[in-house]
Amino acid sequence: MSRLRELAARLAAREVSAVELTREALARIERHDGDLNALVTVCADRALAQAEAADATLAAGAGPLTGIPLIHKDIFCTSGVRTSCGSRMLDNFVPPYDATAVEHLDAAGMITLGKANMDEFAMGSSNETSFYGPVRNPWNTDYVPGGSSGGSAAAVAAGLAPAATGTDTGGSIRQPAALCGITGFKPTYGRVSRWGMIAFASSLDQAGCFARSAEDCALLLQAMAGFDERDSTAVDRPVPDYAAALTGDIKGMKVGVPSEYFAEGLEARTRAAVEAGIQELEGRGAEIVEISLPHTDQAVPTYYVVAPAEASSNLSRFDGVRYGYRCDDPADLEDLYLRSRGEGFGREVQRRIMVGTYALSAGYYDAYYLKAQKVRRLIADDFRRAFEQVDVIASPTTQGPAFRLGEKLDDPVTMYLNDIYTIPANLAGLPGISAPCGFVNDLPVGMQLLAPWFEEGRLLNAAHAYQQATDWHTRRPEGFEA
Amino acid sequence: MSLKPEQVRKVAFLARLRLDEDRVPEYANELSGILGLVDQLERADTDGVEPMAHPLDLAARLRVDAVSEGDQRDAFQAIAPATEGGLYLVPRVIE
Repeated sequence: MSRLRELAARLAAREVSAVELTREALARIERHDGDLNALVTVCADRALAQAEAADATLAAGAGPLTGIPLIHKDIFCTSGVRTSCGSRMLDNFVPPYDATAVEHLDAAGMITLGKANMDEFAMGSSNETSFYGPVRNPWNTDYVPGGSSGGSAAAVAAGLAPAATGTDTGGSIRQPAALCGITGFKPTYGRVSRWGMIAFASSLDQAGCFARSAEDCALLLQAMAGFDERDSTAVDRPVPDYAAALTGDIKGMKVGVPSEYFAEGLEARTRAAVEAGIQELEGRGAEIVEISLPHTDQAVPTYYVVAPAEASSNLSRFDGVRYGYRCDDPADLEDLYLRSRGEGFGREVQRRIMVGTYALSAGYYDAYYLKAQKVRRLIADDFRRAFEQVDVIASPTTQGPAFRLGEKLDDPVTMYLNDIYTIPANLAGLPGISAPCGFVNDLPVGMQLLAPWFEEGRLLNAAHAYQQATDWHTRRPEGFEA
Repeated sequence: MSLKPEQVRKVAFLARLRLDEDRVPEYANELSGILGLVDQLERADTDGVEPMAHPLDLAARLRVDAVSEGDQRDAFQAIAPATEGGLYLVPRVIE
């Protein structure tokens, strides 16, 4: 039985109460988070109040998530609870409203334990750009957990919570899930509302979740997904029953393996682990088909135009006037803007704002932004053609396991190339999942599965079938068992 | 494409970011590295390709032009750095 189903069963049988589960989780955070720095805010009182309410609902019979604790990435606005986005800019920001995703999970009866650390404004692949310091990987605390949703991933891997939310703009759910040995799921662009989720790159950002299995991710997506009037890019189409799609039967499913994702740069043992994962799928009756996604090498360059351009525009709202950080004693209005933004944003965020501003500036727009939008279509068309032949695509999630803290921090381009296998799905808007598939140097690595637009059920079922055949997703880091 | 320090200063000003002057050369290096990565886009043949602005190629949805939110000025201004009489305060702009 999956972790969330097991907790739901224990709650329903009154073997444990939501208040007890919450106290247990808070105690675990207290005991372990000093080593991990996975949370920036713990909201114990609020969580216990939610748990009491959940217990009252449970007495009358409730949904599959009622009374189960989770952690939200600190990019989701939570009414009355500081939402920092990992930035000094929002260190004092207490939103007066909830993000739609938070609202949905609250309505499902889930309990918010706290807010997870993250790369500043979700810009990073190692969780080292946070104003609140780096998060450490529970498998080895000298290593990064990945990013940008590094706090969410580390928290679930260490058992601080059975589930967490995240956002994925270029791999920020799938990459940390792989490096922390858990399951991380990014739905199709537009499937979950972006309202109340602090914007980084609006044409790429998508909310998703972390848990111990694809089955648990299906339960979470069921609650998170749905149309929202308040998000102009939320997609208005019915939400299917994802749990019903988890038959575990993948006989005859065509699994595409893109040669470009197994080319130079992929670490040899990571490759072997992913290839073994693909063989498991074949062993369950899937048909393996070699495919080509010829524009794969253009994805990272495309992303580093589109994402910074959208970020420079989105982050122009942080001006020191209406909320967030304001510099001391501004000499005039211009000084207020310049210093509030110069002091409030960290280095990586400033770099990306400047790249985006440059790419959008007069005389460069066609060469950068327009060109990138055209290449983006070529990348999406690669997938469109591939999905005429196959049902899902399997690949590594990353080129290798987690790297050491500080190892890539001074070299932005090397850091960016980390996301080479995850970025294409964001550019195309596709759903993707990372499932643990083995270990390299005692650090976990993941297999990524991608499916066509809105085929989350098929995608989750493929990962579920894999997890029925393997036990990588059940491994826990030493010192964080149970 | 490599950026010179004066270009970095200009872009930083356009983005309203005050940079430490002694960090400008580092930024020039780093931004040049990123633009070098981005320059690989030139290799892609995009003749006749329609730019893609939205991953699902959907047009922006319209809604009825009606009031949907009540007045929440107090809630929003409670978290502002400086307000007075329902207004946001900034340094004097007009002498």
